[in-house]
Amino acid sequence: MRNPHRTQKIAFFFLFLATLLIVIPVGLIVVIIIQKGLPAINWQFLSDIPRQGMRAGGIFPAIVGTVYLVIGAIIFALPIGLLAAIYLSEYSKDNLLTRLIKLAIVNLAGVPSVVYGLFGLALFVVFFKFGASILSGSLTLGIMILPVIITTSREALESVPYSFREVSLSLGASKWQTIRHIVLPNAIPGILTGTILGLGRAAGETAPILFTVAAFYLPRLPDSVFDQAMALPYHLYVISTQVPNVDEKVRYGTALVLLALVLFMNLVAIIIRYKFRKKKKW
Amino acid sequence: MVKFNIKDLNIWFGSMHAIKQVSIKIQANEILSVIGPSNSGKTSFLRILNRLNDLNQNFRMTGSVKLEQENIQSIDTELLRKRIGMVFALPLPLPLSIFENVAYGVRMHGEKNKKILGKIVEESLKESYLWEEVKDRLSESAFKLSGGQQQRLCIARTLAVQPEVILFDEPCSGLDPISTAKVEDAMVKLKQKYTIVLVTNNVKQAARVGDRTAFFLSGELIELDKTDKIFTAPQDKRTEDYIRGKFG
Repeated sequence: MRNPHRTQKIAFFFLFLATLLIVIPVGLIVVIIIQKGLPAINWQFLSDIPRQGMRAGGIFPAIVGTVYLVIGAIIFALPIGLLAAIYLSEYSKDNLLTRLIKLAIVNLAGVPSVVYGLFGLALFVVFFKFGASILSGSLTLGIMILPVIITTSREALESVPYSFREVSLSLGASKWQTIRHIVLPNAIPGILTGTILGLGRAAGETAPILFTVAAFYLPRLPDSVFDQAMALPYHLYVISTQVPNVDEKVRYGTALVLLALVLFMNLVAIIIRYKFRKKKKW
Repeated sequence: MVKFNIKDLNIWFGSMHAIKQVSIKIQANEILSVIGPSNSGKTSFLRILNRLNDLNQNFRMTGSVKLEQENIQSIDTELLRKRIGMVFALPLPLPLSIFENVAYGVRMHGEKNKKILGKIVEESLKESYLWEEVKDRLSESAFKLSGGQQQRLCIARTLAVQPEVILFDEPCSGLDPISTAKVEDAMVKLKQKYTIVLVTNNVKQAARVGDRTAFFLSGELIELDKTDKIFTAPQDKRTEDYIRGKFG
């Protein structure tokens, strides 16, 4: 006998199960890393340079390196991404060129990160002779997060009601004034969210910095943007695979710091989005 | 005096022929009501006058539209829209304070002096009969006002840039009868200083406030005459049917 209620219950059960399956890996990753990494976390670990062939000491240069890289990537990617998004959402006409640009952005988002690394090596390190440096690494990461920033910024701009633009134009404001005074201020939360998501991604990637900036071991802080730097993801890779006999605690501690950094950025993005959404008035 | 001289106007959106061969002269300081069923081209007609249709990529037009002898295509759009204000169908405050909403257009045209801005805001709000209700809370968000107040705020915002013509696009479609009466009052008084074109779905509203009334149907101008004549002795059968509520 068919019982629609029972069928529904079974369907709901499987839907719920599938949803639950998403939570499990996230939860496990966080729990395992915290459990194994937390004992390593202390002031010395966070503030000291790596010692004894990276088996002891701290990871301070890697933290600083990652922060530099992330800031560099954003300095490069945010203005370009935002301007491109404004052009695409406000000025571009729906023609072949625009469609080509949009296609390029989608494809840029799909390029594997190691390819970005090779590209950065060829263009910035070798061709522009920036060498393996924070500058090269930042530019490479910046290009990698451009699609994220453009796409989220465009969505943010396009979510500002069209009627606001019409009102502003109907009062004799120019198009740029309309964008500057009406569209942009109301799109900022979305743009910020996208930016921070991009930051999180830039902080966590290993492949793009592998050939462009990351130092295997550099127990000091970089002096300029033309210096190499250590970075958390690469450091984690190194102590996990390249250096024998590293205490498990140190590896997981490093992973924990990286994870905390990225999660913290995502959290900030969520809070900003939440705050502005509550303030939204239309 | 003729404010707008529209001759042989045709407009298209893509392949849709929205306005067909329309010629109208709009007199200065009159209220011209434009009535007609939805999709009759009345709003498209209105948006010709401040060139808001130009925002639509698929828009095309032929014919000429002159504002006091000058072809509107040759007037700078920002300048044209400063002279031709518009009030939209729904109250659309900008996401700013009450004060900043009214001051917005004036600011965009370069006025920075706070005293002058304050004076303009006060005068505009008085002209749209909103001043008494909002004078103590000018810094509050415009979204806190009621629908009728918001619409009068939008009128004040339009008045603040000191236009010559005000286009009303079904300004009362979202309002209750009392708010509607207030907006209509404001319109009738504004006539002394401004030329008004009022697009409305509400036939009775056209009868109440319009000096002349134009009836549009499927993009054609069927009839244009003094309002009382249109409503008492329309020449065209279709006008009569529409006014009597037989279609539309």
